[in-house]
Amino acid sequence: MTALHPQPTSTSTPARPRRTGAGVLVGVLLAVLAVASLFIGVSDVSPVSLLSGDSDGTAAFLLVASRIPRTVALVLAGASLGIAGLIMQMLVRNKFVEPSTTGVTEFATLGMLGTTVVVPGMAVVGKTAVAAVFGLVGTWVFLRVVRAVPVRQLVLVPLVGIMLGGVVGAVTTFFAYRLDLLQSLMQWSQGSFAGVMQGRYEFVWIAGAMVVVAWVAADRFSVIGLGEEFATNLGLDFRRVVAVGMVVVAVITAAVLVTAGLIPFLGLVVPNVVSLLIGDNVRRAIPWVAVLGAVLVVACDIVARTVRFPYEIPLSVVVGVVGAVLFLWLLLRRRSRAH
Amino acid sequence: MIALEGVTKRYAGQTVVDDVSISFGGEGVTALIGPNGAGKSTLFGLVGRLVRPDAGRVTVDGLDVATTSSQELARRLAVLRQDNHVAARLTVHDLVEFGRFPHSRGRLTVADREHIERAIAYLELDAYRGRFLDELSGGQRQRAFIAMVLAQDTEYVLLDEPLNNLDLRHMTEIMRLVREMADQLGKRVVTVLHDVNFAATYADRIVAMREGRVVADAPAREVMRPEVLAAVYDTTVDVREIDGRPVALYYG
Repeated sequence: MTALHPQPTSTSTPARPRRTGAGVLVGVLLAVLAVASLFIGVSDVSPVSLLSGDSDGTAAFLLVASRIPRTVALVLAGASLGIAGLIMQMLVRNKFVEPSTTGVTEFATLGMLGTTVVVPGMAVVGKTAVAAVFGLVGTWVFLRVVRAVPVRQLVLVPLVGIMLGGVVGAVTTFFAYRLDLLQSLMQWSQGSFAGVMQGRYEFVWIAGAMVVVAWVAADRFSVIGLGEEFATNLGLDFRRVVAVGMVVVAVITAAVLVTAGLIPFLGLVVPNVVSLLIGDNVRRAIPWVAVLGAVLVVACDIVARTVRFPYEIPLSVVVGVVGAVLFLWLLLRRRSRAH
Repeated sequence: MIALEGVTKRYAGQTVVDDVSISFGGEGVTALIGPNGAGKSTLFGLVGRLVRPDAGRVTVDGLDVATTSSQELARRLAVLRQDNHVAARLTVHDLVEFGRFPHSRGRLTVADREHIERAIAYLELDAYRGRFLDELSGGQRQRAFIAMVLAQDTEYVLLDEPLNNLDLRHMTEIMRLVREMADQLGKRVVTVLHDVNFAATYADRIVAMREGRVVADAPAREVMRPEVLAAVYDTTVDVREIDGRPVALYYG
C-alpha cells in the first residue's frame, strides 16, 4: 500500500469540524436573547419590578402567564422549524426544500380551515392533529410528485413544491373566500407570537418532542440522506425511516402553524448555514440547527416587538426579510462555488 | 457464497436478466464484463436487494435475500453502486463511520472505532479524514467509498464500475487495492468492469454477460480470447500476448 501514496500532500486535519468556540458563543447569544425577550413589552416587567414587588404581583403574573410562554414558544418553534427543514432536506436529498417550499404548510393550513368549517369548536389538540395529518398527506404527495417527475436540476425540486403549494393554497383560499373565513386564513399565514399565553401555546412542546425524536434517529437520517441504495446496503429500512421523517416534519409544521402561524424561510436558511459551518452529519448538525433556529426566531421576534413600539408587526414579516436576504446570500455563494 | 438460481428480471416487458443461475464467492476477485445494457448492474441490484426478481431466488450464505433482514445481509454483503453522487456535505470520517452502521446501529463501540481506523489507514485517507467529500478529487472520493465498504467488514464486496471517471493512475490504484483486499483481507470481490484488460490483469475469474444472460464464465485467461470477446461485445477484438499476459486490442 505504501507505494500508492508516497507523499500525502495535505496536512492532517481534525476528524470532525467542531467549532467549540462558536458553539459556546451561539449558546450564550440564545440565553441573552431569551432573557431580553422576557423583559420586552408594553407592561413594565423588569428584574427591578419583579424584585421590588410593589406592583402587587402584576409583573410576576405577566411574566408567568405571557412572557415566559412566549419566549418558550419562540425557542421551541425556532428550534423545531429548523429541524423540520433539516429532516426534509435529508428525505428529499435537496438543500432547497422545507415545509413551506414543498406544499406541506399549505396542506396543513387546508386542514386547519377544514376543522374550522366542519367542527368549529374543536379543541386545539384536535386542530393540531388534523393539521398534522394533512401535513403528512402533503409530505407524501410531494415525495410522490418528486419521484414521478425526476427533476435533474436541484432548484427545480422546490419549484415543483412551490407550485404544489400554490395549487393547494388556491383551493384553501377559494373555500375561505366562499365561507367568509379569509380573515382567519390571513391570520394563520402571518406568523406571530403575540397571542401566545399560558394555556394556549403548550402544543409547541410536541414540536419540541419531535426534535428529540429527530436527534435519536439522527444517524438514520444521515444515512438516508446518502440515498436509497446506500441506506439499503447499510441494512436500513429506507421506507420506514422516510415515514418517521415525514411524521416529524408534519407534526412540527402543524404544531407551529396552530400556535403561531406560518414562519417562512427558517427551515431553509438555518440548515444551510449549519451545513456550511459543520457539514450534514445530522447528529452533529441537530444541536446547531436547533440553537441557531431558536436564536433567529427570538431575535426576529424582539425586532418585531420593538420596531414600532408599542405596536407589534408580524414576526413572519421580519423572518421573511431576514430569511430572504440570507437565502439569496446562500444561493449566490453556492453559485460561486460552481455547484 | 452468493447464489442466484434461475433469476429473471423484466422491466416493462423487456427481459433485463434472463434466467441466470450463477454463484460467486469461490474466487478472490471476479470481474463481471459485458456491453452496456447486458444486465450487469441489474444483477448487482438483485443481489443487493434493491431490485426484486420476477422469478428465481438469490441467496447469500444460504440466506434468502428476499426474506432475510436487511441488517443481517448488510453484515455479509457490501454493495457499492456506480455514480455515488452524495449531495450531503459529509467528511471522509463520517462516511467511513456509516460503514459500521449494520453493526453499531449508530452507537459506536471500541471495536467499531478500530474498524474505522483500520479502514482509513488501509486506504491512506488519514490526511483527508476531516475533508468534506466535495473537496476531494475523484480518486480520493472513490477511496473514501471503498473505505466505507471496508469498515462494513463483510465477506462479500460488490463494486459496480469502481473505475468510472478515474484517470489511469487512479484506475490502477483502485484495482491494485481490490486485489489486495482479496489477497490480504480475504474478501470476495465481484466487480463490474468495462476495461477487459483490467479484468484480465486483476481478476481470477471473468463472467461475461450479454442480453441478460451469462455467456462466458471461466478463469480470466480463458475468457481473453478473440472469439469469446467478439461474441460478448459484438465487435472484433484482437488479443495479443504481451509479456506473457493477454491484452485485448479494441481500438479499431
